[in-house]
Amino acid sequence: MFSRLLSIVQRHRASPGWQNRLSTRSSTSAAEAHSVALPAQAQVVICGGGIMGTSVAYHLSKLGWKDIVLLEQGRLAAGSTRFCAGILSMARHLSIEQKMADYSNKLYQQLEQETGIQTGYVRTGSISLAQTQDRLISLKRINSRLNVMGIPSEIISPKKVAELHPLLNVHDLVGAMHVPEDAVMSSADVALALASAASQNSVQIYDRTTVLHVLVKNNQVTGVETDKGHIDCQYFVNCAGQWAYELGLSNEEPVSIPLHACEHFYLLTRPLETPLQSNTPTVVDADGRIYIRNWQGGILSGGFEKNPKPIFTEGKNQLEIQNLQEDWDHFEPLLSSLLRRMPELEALEIMKLVNCPETFTPDMRCIMGESPTVQGYFVLAGMNSAGLSFGGGAGKYLAEWMVQGYPSENVWELDLKRFGALQSSRTFLRHRVMEVMPLLYDLKVPRWDFQTGRQLRTSPLYDRLDAQGAQWMEKHGFERPKYFIPPDKDLLALEQSKTFYKPDWFDIVESEVKCCKEAVCVIDMSSFTKFEITSTGDQALEILQYLFSNDLDVPVGHIVHTGMLNQGGGYENDCSIARLNKRSFFMISPTDQQVHCWSWLEKHMPKDSNLLLEDVSWKYTALNLIGPRAVDVLSELSYAPMTPDHFPSLFCKEMSVGYANGIRVMSMTHTGEPGFMLYIPIEYALHVYNEVMSVGQKYGIRNAGYYALRSLRIEKFFAFWGQDLNTYTTPLECGREFRVKLEKGMDFIGRDALLQQKQNGVYKRFTMFILDDHDTDLDLWPWWGEPIYRNGQYVGKTTSSAYSFTLERHVCLGFVHNFSEDTGEEQVVTADFINRGEYEIDIAGHRFQAKAKLYPFSSLFTHKRRKDDMELSDFHGK
Amino acid sequence: MSISALLSMGRCCCRCCCPRGLWMLSAPCCDDRRMCVCPGPRRIGIPVRSPSLPLFSDAMPAPTQLFFPLIRNCELSRIYGTMCYCHHKHFCCSSPHVPQSRLRYAPHPAYATLCRPKEHWWQYTQGRRYVSTPQKFYLTPPQVNSILKANEYSFKVPEFDGKNVSSVLGFDSNQLPANAPIEDRRSAATCLQTRGMLLGVFDGHAGCACSQAVSERLFYYIAVSLLPHETLLEIENAVESGRALLPILQWHKHPNDYFSKEASKLYFNSLRTYWQELIDLNTGESTDIDVKEALINAFKRLDNDISLEAQVGDPNSFLNYLVLRVAFSGATACVAHVDGVNLHVANTGDSRAMLGVQEEDGSWSAVTLSNDHNAQNQRELERLKLEHPKNEAKSVVKQDRLLGLLMPFRAFGDVKFKWSIDLQKRVIESGPDQLNDNEYTKFIPPNYYTPPYLTAEPEVIYHRLRPQDKFLVLATDGLWETMHRQDVVRIVGEYLTGMHHQQPIAVGGYKVTLGQMHGLLTERRAKMSSVFEDQNAATHLIRHAVGNNEFGAVDHERLSKMLSLPEELARMYRDDITIIVVQFNSHVVGAYQNQE
Repeated sequence: MFSRLLSIVQRHRASPGWQNRLSTRSSTSAAEAHSVALPAQAQVVICGGGIMGTSVAYHLSKLGWKDIVLLEQGRLAAGSTRFCAGILSMARHLSIEQKMADYSNKLYQQLEQETGIQTGYVRTGSISLAQTQDRLISLKRINSRLNVMGIPSEIISPKKVAELHPLLNVHDLVGAMHVPEDAVMSSADVALALASAASQNSVQIYDRTTVLHVLVKNNQVTGVETDKGHIDCQYFVNCAGQWAYELGLSNEEPVSIPLHACEHFYLLTRPLETPLQSNTPTVVDADGRIYIRNWQGGILSGGFEKNPKPIFTEGKNQLEIQNLQEDWDHFEPLLSSLLRRMPELEALEIMKLVNCPETFTPDMRCIMGESPTVQGYFVLAGMNSAGLSFGGGAGKYLAEWMVQGYPSENVWELDLKRFGALQSSRTFLRHRVMEVMPLLYDLKVPRWDFQTGRQLRTSPLYDRLDAQGAQWMEKHGFERPKYFIPPDKDLLALEQSKTFYKPDWFDIVESEVKCCKEAVCVIDMSSFTKFEITSTGDQALEILQYLFSNDLDVPVGHIVHTGMLNQGGGYENDCSIARLNKRSFFMISPTDQQVHCWSWLEKHMPKDSNLLLEDVSWKYTALNLIGPRAVDVLSELSYAPMTPDHFPSLFCKEMSVGYANGIRVMSMTHTGEPGFMLYIPIEYALHVYNEVMSVGQKYGIRNAGYYALRSLRIEKFFAFWGQDLNTYTTPLECGREFRVKLEKGMDFIGRDALLQQKQNGVYKRFTMFILDDHDTDLDLWPWWGEPIYRNGQYVGKTTSSAYSFTLERHVCLGFVHNFSEDTGEEQVVTADFINRGEYEIDIAGHRFQAKAKLYPFSSLFTHKRRKDDMELSDFHGK
Repeated sequence: MSISALLSMGRCCCRCCCPRGLWMLSAPCCDDRRMCVCPGPRRIGIPVRSPSLPLFSDAMPAPTQLFFPLIRNCELSRIYGTMCYCHHKHFCCSSPHVPQSRLRYAPHPAYATLCRPKEHWWQYTQGRRYVSTPQKFYLTPPQVNSILKANEYSFKVPEFDGKNVSSVLGFDSNQLPANAPIEDRRSAATCLQTRGMLLGVFDGHAGCACSQAVSERLFYYIAVSLLPHETLLEIENAVESGRALLPILQWHKHPNDYFSKEASKLYFNSLRTYWQELIDLNTGESTDIDVKEALINAFKRLDNDISLEAQVGDPNSFLNYLVLRVAFSGATACVAHVDGVNLHVANTGDSRAMLGVQEEDGSWSAVTLSNDHNAQNQRELERLKLEHPKNEAKSVVKQDRLLGLLMPFRAFGDVKFKWSIDLQKRVIESGPDQLNDNEYTKFIPPNYYTPPYLTAEPEVIYHRLRPQDKFLVLATDGLWETMHRQDVVRIVGEYLTGMHHQQPIAVGGYKVTLGQMHGLLTERRAKMSSVFEDQNAATHLIRHAVGNNEFGAVDHERLSKMLSLPEELARMYRDDITIIVVQFNSHVVGAYQNQE
């Protein structure tokens, strides 16, 4: 059956007259396809016959699942897959994306051999050009990460660029990156090859079949309604590309898949007088916003312009894609850029300007994974115009996810659960993708924030803080202060400079940190996810004991730091839980856990009407009072003694602050510094803030932001979930054995894995590095993702970094592995292994010496303080 | 004669008068000019302050402060004054190419005093140091824009429930002064007691007093003429008993469009007398009010009142002087009344109303909805000759001017062309000293035998709107002198429709190289940018009127030159320009058509 479908597709593809390298194989009538009846049931129904759908089908069938149906509303390999420019590039900013592209490359390369279908795969290599030093730094960072992954790449001089590509004008370049294994191919043919291989593995493929909606019962997929009939199924995979959003909303229980399409243009020309070699490398000129590849002796060139045109906001059907207009006026800046890069093309004749819609997501990362609300509803879409590069790898991870329950790599950065319903507004998506599309070729500097779709969720103190000079960042739609610009600083001068070096807010954050250390600061931390779990009996305690690794059967008023682990012992969530009373718990998790954690709890909690889980994030404003004088401020406001004797560390009490009653005061700060978290019912927020600020005045109180918090927590070796910790990190690997109670008297998820790991030892270890020969003013700053070298051998990557104002050094956190020198296999990492190494951190190709630490400097801090005291007393003594 | 020819002529003639040359003089003023051209904060699109305004209460004493009066404060501008005068005299007296049509009054001994009655310009010629290197000075595009946009105003008819039921979508208006202060006025208002919208442009001459008064008063006279008997009674009763008045008009005014506060009482009394007469005349049986007749009556009545007020005078000396100035200056008027598909244009003088019609093929054609009342209009010439004895046939229109003096053949005010010589003398003698000192007012036109020679009676043209009628341009002769009506309609039409989509390019089968395409696109972008500069159709039109080169494209250099002319020179190259572009709602017009 498949060969017939293939032929239909090919004949249709032949009609536009371009990108047609395949000959028609057989001539079966198209009408036959319609007569084929859909099966009544299947295990998996995949919607979408583009490269994503076919890749998922291919990998699922490879993993042994046979009962799979793939539905395509038009023809196979249509839509964005058909119009795609066909460039596979491994130069990606995220490691996981590099891995996906690397796998895709290897897969596509052997696909022709496997299926006998020509994919047009040519290993051309790619050259990414840098017109500025900053761009070159960005490329160097990618280069050093590609190298440690075993993907060959090198930074080359403009002269070398000219040798690699005959037509390029290199006079304005400062350098470039050459990735020799990048390739070009026809993405439509790749999709057809994948479909063909899948169909040989008994996947059933039906085209011209539209999925109307997915049937859901008890939050579980039960079937699919199509225009050709009904299919019962357990799993549904939404690979509908730019229609995935609409399809998600068509459910009775809508699945929010935040993505939006934009028009994307590329140019096709007739062949050059001396036609370009088929292995001429692809050129990416990000500063000029264009890419250029050879195409049948001529060139194919497109780009990502500054003023994208979003389309299909109201949702349209597939046919609209065929009729999209060329817009030369819109393409003019890119054409100018192309002619600047390749002046000789002036005389080259135009063939066509292709308008090919591409799908973008709110954070420029693709979307995969299971819906948080509907079990068995999987999504793979929103490729941000890298569908071909990611297709193979993403399909593989999703197939593993479905078959094994989890993918073989950490894909949290791509997980659908990082979004919630709050990102599903059409207006938001339309505005955000207009920012995301140009961002593809913008310079990605540390700590950039999106400018669109802001001020969605704010604390009640937003205006107050804003008036005091707060600069804002956004997390999960919530505005959080980064730092506060003092009144005498020029607000405009700040924020303007994008840099890989020392940022201009350095002094500001330094003074905030200093205030945290010496007096008291207040940070608005309302964005944190807050859940309350209550029950009529002991059900709450029981389920929490099962879900969390630490012992939660603690006296009322105690706070427990604990991990929510999966079967593998990895962190699904890292949170703090306060026992409010015998039967009620208050749970604080990172901001972006709101959807993920909720869905995990929902999935594992018994359906028991006596057990109540409530999201109270919106009910409380959280103020973090950090610093030695926080005690004084709070006791003055509450007329209650707050000293450690009365209010020990990790303790929670409801009390009054100022006039406001019912404030949950917790003696923790998420930074390791002394202080308190205040969870304030929102109507009291302004009052408490005002009181704290006015009373705090005499203690030198000031506002602080997340940058200060970050510096404090990293120098104290505090790991953050989502950044340092993920579902593949166990407590043992990050030195948190003390937060796991293996013998708490009952089983919990992940216990077996941890027990085993305890016996066998860990294969990676969370380590803190202090950069030694790094000049803060002159050297490039670490960010995250920098390779770590031990005795010259690559052992892992950093996960976060910050400047420690106490140590006056940069601190990087990261994982150290022990790869066998012979086989590359992972070996056990011991404390001894860590301690006996000489370490270097590679920042954009420059290696800096670093000292490794397995435990925080807390002793050092206390020691230092004690030493100061001693010196002081000595002084007095004399 | 093309403007560039004029400019070069200006240069040479000034060299004759002043050895250093005018254009050298312009150099030292650069810095001052930069200050002068900024007319302060942009005030665009400010809606009328309160939704329903009571009669006469909306007097806004904002000065007609434009940018030219600012220049006057610079000392240097006085030198311009001198230069201008030399220049000017040269034109008037010796050059055969004098652009006389640009001046409403013909050269005459009295004219000099009329133009510059007070300033003793010659005092300033001495003791100045000039920079002798000629320096090019151009306004930057933002400076040009701030000048062009200083007076722009837009009004959009509000929508209800997402629908606009009016046949008018809204209007854009703007004016660019050449006189200082500007003598043009504009008005726009919605009739609140009857349906319909009134829009008008008024071109004043011999000062702005008359055009100002007409712009304030005429719409009330029209609105009252259109009111049914019962409403008039209601209003009269309200005034009688001191109750709040029904608002008659909702004005749509630019902040610079002011109403004189002092005269409002006087104006109101005259208006009240008018409606009392209307009430008395009407016997009670309600008859359909004829818009055409109402317009004619309102025009004539207002002119009559202006004349009467000047004859009667006012005990308040300020008001007395005001009514005399109003009567002795003049103004033409071109007023459109739109109600559903019924469009009436009442015109007195040489302003013009032009309808923009989009043909089926998308092209634009102009339909003139008014006749100019000047020497170019044969019917007017005949009318004048018929109204006066045969022996005056040669003197009544001389050098294309009424009695050899006045260009428009119909106008408000201008009692010098209406009153008998006795009456004029009597009023002037009993009038205030200022009036007596003014040579111009004392001067009696030659061959003045059988007054009145001038009337304010309008010619009313009715047009039933069709869906293809997209917009109406009302403009004073300042525009029509510089642009052909066809160009005006084409530019506005392309602006209103083409602003959103230029005809897209498609390669479709042609052999086009990347280089050719690039050139084409760059050109198109340059073209687009000039359209996008303006949010107001009237501004866009002024930009073209002032800045068009011989190819019909806006030339920034020329625009900059024209706009940086000193105030005394500006009038030589252009007249005040006032434009209102009314946009029609084709859907509503179409719906009206289908109903019937």
